Amino acid sequence: MANLFEMHSLSASYGTVTVLKDVNFKVSENDFIGVIGPNGGGKTTLLKIILGLLKPVQGEIVFNKDLLNSNRIGYLPQMSTGDVNYPVTVNDIVLSGLMIRKGIISRMTSSDRKKARIVIDELGLSEMSGATINELSGGQMQRVFLGRAIIGDPKLLLLDEPGNFVDTTFENDFYEKLRELNKRMAILMVSHDVGTISSHIKSFACVNRSLHYHPSHEITNEDLLAYGCPIQLVTHGEVPHTVLKYHK
Amino acid sequence: MEGNIFQYDFIIKGLLGAVFASITAGLAGTYVVSKRMVFLSGGITHASFGGIGIGYFLGINPVIGAAVFGIMSALGVEYLSVKQKIREDSAIGILWAFGMAIGIIFIYLTPGYTPNLMSYLFGSILTVTNADIIALGTMSFILILYFSVFYRTILYISFDEVFARTYSSYVNLFKYFTTSLIALTIVLNIRMAGVVLVISLLTIPPNIAMLFTKIYFKIVAWSILAGFVGTATGYVISYFAGIPVGATIIFTLVIIWVVAKGLSQLLLKLSNKKLVEIKL
Repeated sequence: MANLFEMHSLSASYGTVTVLKDVNFKVSENDFIGVIGPNGGGKTTLLKIILGLLKPVQGEIVFNKDLLNSNRIGYLPQMSTGDVNYPVTVNDIVLSGLMIRKGIISRMTSSDRKKARIVIDELGLSEMSGATINELSGGQMQRVFLGRAIIGDPKLLLLDEPGNFVDTTFENDFYEKLRELNKRMAILMVSHDVGTISSHIKSFACVNRSLHYHPSHEITNEDLLAYGCPIQLVTHGEVPHTVLKYHK
Repeated sequence: MEGNIFQYDFIIKGLLGAVFASITAGLAGTYVVSKRMVFLSGGITHASFGGIGIGYFLGINPVIGAAVFGIMSALGVEYLSVKQKIREDSAIGILWAFGMAIGIIFIYLTPGYTPNLMSYLFGSILTVTNADIIALGTMSFILILYFSVFYRTILYISFDEVFARTYSSYVNLFKYFTTSLIALTIVLNIRMAGVVLVISLLTIPPNIAMLFTKIYFKIVAWSILAGFVGTATGYVISYFAGIPVGATIIFTLVIIWVVAKGLSQLLLKLSNKKLVEIKL
């Protein structure tokens, strides 16, 4: 299976503060990796490096040529990045996912619009396509931004704290959707909610300045301690989750 | 005969001024209002008064001085807030008053009487020159061209800058260039509405439009129309009533906004009533 990217002894910092140190990490096609770790541990920084928003101070990230040439990385940021009162429609937001392959003089063709319609239908938003963003519920907004991330048929989908879009009724639908998408793209999902994501991911990486990859979706307290990843495991009553192994 | 020609010239100038002011203010205003930059725009407007003062003092066209000050203060606010970590609203507050202070000092230092000063503060169609109209017309053309060619790029950057940075390395260039165009638009409209009032010319029309539509290019179109109706009506009233034109335009626009607000609420009530009836 081809690797989408590889990080070799990579370090990243903001000014004098080192956020990631000596990270070796790779993502292959069809991976579904949960990225967990405490706040300020470097999870979002990891995404920034992959997106090219931050340059490593040491080491390197090597991309698969296909991925690099076609700009095929989809990105679902934390909800807070866009202005939810901005006069922009669902259709326009989904179309903005195609800007990555367009120049600054950007006309949307009829095939672009058709593509947007397919994605919007697929996400169950057909009736909302002309609505502006402030008319949507949290769950609908999340699906709109997911639509923006996947309209370009990415090979790698990056999700930053998708659980922030508080709308528990759609949570299961959302993860179901991700499982489907995972058949055609690798997914890297940042979350602090270990309990919820562990039943959906295939493997996980724990980020707390350093990165430890664990090729299983079962996350135990032992692992977390061993990796220096001090986060609390939360169990959720109604959300399906993996029961963790008993350990002494 | 001579009086008629003067009157004709006055009407043409007023009409063209109204058309170009509405086009430039509608395009710039929609951007400013959507992106919540009204306070920044107010800062740019007042800071540009410094340029007017220096223009008077040096004996050059005050509009040129204002344009330089307007653009520099727009970029200055960005520099102070991003690079120097000063809060943006504080940076605006500082440059706002600094520009006004420079303007007042240099006008005071200018020898002799400054007859047009009031027209810069409150706007006056009488002092608008053909060159002003040509400048506003050129600005209308530039803005229409810029916004139609780069429509999506501008829209997406101002909606979600963080996401835009993931696909474009031109985000800052577009932001600064657009802000500079906004500053120029404001400065050119100062001749019409004056330093004190011009910000309303940008903010009221989009707010009228947003009562009826939430789609960006429709807001632009309705703003231009609302701006034109307000400006033209303001002219006519100010001409016949013999009151200052800038203030009359803003007053008219606010009246239109109030009426439109009432109308939109009435429409909302009616459509809600319909929904209830359907449900029953």
